[in-house]
Amino acid sequence: MIEPLLDISGLSRTFGGGKRWFGLDRPGVHAVQEVDLQVMRGETLGIVGESGCGKSTLARMLVGLDTPTKGRIFYEGNDLQAMIRDDRRALSRHIQYVFQDPLSSLNPRLRIRDILAAPLRHLRGLHGHALETRLAELLEIVNLRPEFITRYPHEFSGGQAQRIGIARALAAEPKVLVLDEPVSALDVSIQAQVLKLLKRLKSEFDLTYLFISHDLSVVETISDRIAVMYFGRIIEQAPARQLFQSPAHHYTRLLIASAPIPGGPPIVAESSDAELPDPLAPPSGCAFAPRCPQAQEACRARRPLLEAFSSQSKLDTSNIHRVACLFPAREPLSRDSRTSVDETSR
Amino acid sequence: MMAFIRLLARNRLAAFGALMLLLLLLLALVTPLLPLLDPNITDPANRLQPLFSEGHWLGTDQLGRDILSRLLWGMRISLAVGIAASLVAALLGSLIGILAGYFGGRTDNTLMRGIDMLMAFPYILLALAIVAVLGPGLMNALYAIAIVNIPFFARNIRGATVGIAHREFIDAARLSGKGNTRILATEILPNVLPVIVITLSTTVGWMILETAGLSFLGLGAQPPQADLGSMLGEGRRMMINAPHVATLPGLVIFILVMSINLLGDGVRDALDPRLKSGALSRPAPMTRIRRHESSGAAPQKSRDTALLRVDDLRTDFEVGRQRYHAVNGVSFTIQPNECLGLVGESGSGKSVTALSLLGLVASPPGIINGGDIHLHSRHQPSRDLLSLKPREIRHIRGNDVAYVFQDPLSTLHPLIKVGDQLVEAIRQHQPLSHPAARELAVKLLGQVRIPNPEQRASQYPHELSGGMRQRVGIAMALANDPELIIADEPTTALDVTVQAQILSLIQHLREEKGTSVLFITHDFGVVSQVCDRVAVMYAGRIVEIGPTQEILDNPRHPYTQRLIDCVPRLGEPDHEPAAIPGLPPPANALPAGCAFAERCDLAEPRCREGNIELIATDKERQVRCIKPLGLTAKISEGIEHD
Repeated sequence: MIEPLLDISGLSRTFGGGKRWFGLDRPGVHAVQEVDLQVMRGETLGIVGESGCGKSTLARMLVGLDTPTKGRIFYEGNDLQAMIRDDRRALSRHIQYVFQDPLSSLNPRLRIRDILAAPLRHLRGLHGHALETRLAELLEIVNLRPEFITRYPHEFSGGQAQRIGIARALAAEPKVLVLDEPVSALDVSIQAQVLKLLKRLKSEFDLTYLFISHDLSVVETISDRIAVMYFGRIIEQAPARQLFQSPAHHYTRLLIASAPIPGGPPIVAESSDAELPDPLAPPSGCAFAPRCPQAQEACRARRPLLEAFSSQSKLDTSNIHRVACLFPAREPLSRDSRTSVDETSR
Repeated sequence: MMAFIRLLARNRLAAFGALMLLLLLLLALVTPLLPLLDPNITDPANRLQPLFSEGHWLGTDQLGRDILSRLLWGMRISLAVGIAASLVAALLGSLIGILAGYFGGRTDNTLMRGIDMLMAFPYILLALAIVAVLGPGLMNALYAIAIVNIPFFARNIRGATVGIAHREFIDAARLSGKGNTRILATEILPNVLPVIVITLSTTVGWMILETAGLSFLGLGAQPPQADLGSMLGEGRRMMINAPHVATLPGLVIFILVMSINLLGDGVRDALDPRLKSGALSRPAPMTRIRRHESSGAAPQKSRDTALLRVDDLRTDFEVGRQRYHAVNGVSFTIQPNECLGLVGESGSGKSVTALSLLGLVASPPGIINGGDIHLHSRHQPSRDLLSLKPREIRHIRGNDVAYVFQDPLSTLHPLIKVGDQLVEAIRQHQPLSHPAARELAVKLLGQVRIPNPEQRASQYPHELSGGMRQRVGIAMALANDPELIIADEPTTALDVTVQAQILSLIQHLREEKGTSVLFITHDFGVVSQVCDRVAVMYAGRIVEIGPTQEILDNPRHPYTQRLIDCVPRLGEPDHEPAAIPGLPPPANALPAGCAFAERCDLAEPRCREGNIELIATDKERQVRCIKPLGLTAKISEGIEHD
């Protein structure tokens, strides 16, 4: 069996909480709850979910910007927390992060040279001539002109600033890139440029991507596998094509049905009283049950576990379609209406 | 730096203060070189000489010492002590503030509670107590004043640091391998430095006054050495028979502190980013209009059924000497009950177009430089919106035409309950009593399908979810039964499942009430869901307009084609989004000809010449391109010569 590059088990992060005076429990918000996830070397794992589902918290824990409350992360078999304790920089040499907002992740008072030189100097120990050569190389890798190096961040467009963010992450020569909504702040035409760049870089430098986004169509184009998060948990996980062909969880189906496609069929909206669960008072059973059209009594009583759903590929554990639902949908998603529209548009 | 000096020089009072201070500093610097009498030599025979006496221009004091010489030497000491104390206070206070703000938690608590304790004493008492412990003397007075002023710096700098410490670039620096010390020195400090300078410039004057105060009480400079404060203190006893002995040092203190304060205020105004962005300049009630001539030709009433007709609208932003053409000759119509989509990337001018319709572009710097906007409401004759007075425009806003904005959290008032905000919107245009308006408000909340509207009406915006807030925004737009709703990216900030709900709500309301909608978005998926017709904007112009389905199926403009192609499509993982190379042209330097030519792979030399008009290709479609896609060359030639 292939060893996963990143092995996450039972990972939880609670904000707030703890005890108040007189021993009263203070309610905590469970941003991430008992997440198990394997990331294989060289793959792109997409993580999809709506705002507040815990996907960014998960991402921040992977690079050490946040500390798990419970559970462990193993990178190449080493405990991540232990790595951080020993040498923070060692972790940053292996796993890097690309931020959502390209401009606010660049210090407005530093030149691009200083921003890009920091990881080279502190993580790679480069100085003098070697540093200059590498700086020029980095700019070339992300298709930016060499004279940009003396400019300040506000002189760049969103797409250019995001390339600088990507160059900064690559400067550390990492193996894993955690991309937290890297294209959501960009215009569609620029978004396509950056996605293309990311695809090229991945094959050029043998990278492993963890691609986090709320946009299903973006995740679909770039991911090999996709995990869907809802309310802090992974509720479905499958190879990308399989997930979109036959989504098993009703939440995944809702997400797909809600996404408007140019020239596509009319989207389906839930009834208006469907509200997100209260993070301070989580429902006892399945968190999606209050919104789920297929929910039954059992769904509200006990929480379903993430279990193998289809069993076609038992050999490769990473490719198993898993779903956390007591009554998963088994029939493939009907795409009749969609395909017919596509054909007329060609 | 040059910009800073220019800004400062433009502020006349600050420039005056700077000049005065420069003069005084220069005087203080050259004092040892001037042919002055020794300030400490007593000459009892010549005591209390008046002004302009022989050998003593400003007279002598009670011990016969030359006042001019003593003033200049005293000013040197006062300035030195005041500035030194400020620097010490700035250094220590900023250090405490940065550490507290950056580390937060327990560090913050310990440091700031200490600062609070320091602030709990009246400052002069504290200074007196410190001097009492350390003993009188100029250096001890300096320490006392520095310590008393540490809290001002600590609190200001902490506030600035807290705002920066949680920004993403700090996380990014950490991931770049920088430690805490490096982050503080290279990431935080450059960002809080302006705040430190502002605080410093506004406290130096105050510190000089405090030094003088302590010396006046005899706790600062000790005889025979004198600073301005101790001279004032000594002269006080001779106030009746030799008033100049006390008045002169008082006057010098006044001039010194005033010049420093004037300069300090100027520095603050020049450095504060809020003042720079023009936050203090009050925008006009409606956008400034500078039309050279109105076309005057009101559309023929018989044939024209359009609710809104926009002709050749031009809106510019004038910043300094630069002129940014945001909207560059936009024309379109909206029929009753029609939904027109306005699609484009950021900076294409779609939002400015929408805001221009009711003169909502902030002025300055916005200005409408031409065009006609005719609104033909149900019970009114056609009106040219650009020739109306602010009062008349106000009557149309929210009544005939209503807006729904992107971010409901920033458009709803955070301190007023949503029901009351709705009541206000209703009563602005309808003569209803408060209870009647309230009833209508609850009904509106029900119409936008907010569950439990009665209870939700008495909640504050922050108590509602993003989707609910946008529903309130829509309810407010519906309050006065408008004929046109302008929705500016109303679902962009929402999750897809919530977006689906809002889009279906807008569709439903349109069917039920017959409202027209101008729907602004960057998302072709959304357009294809709700819009009957769509106009694609690029660089402030409409490059293509026509029925939605036809444009999506057979785009005529290369930009439309490429924009559609770069959208990844759900369910088609093999559809490779094709990027458009390059960037749109800057709005202050638009090229001749087609603005897209630079990025278009079909461009030829004549694309970059003259003015390319919007031409009709089909019955309902128009495109701004000399060789539209999907038409044979012959047909497009024919159209051109039409």
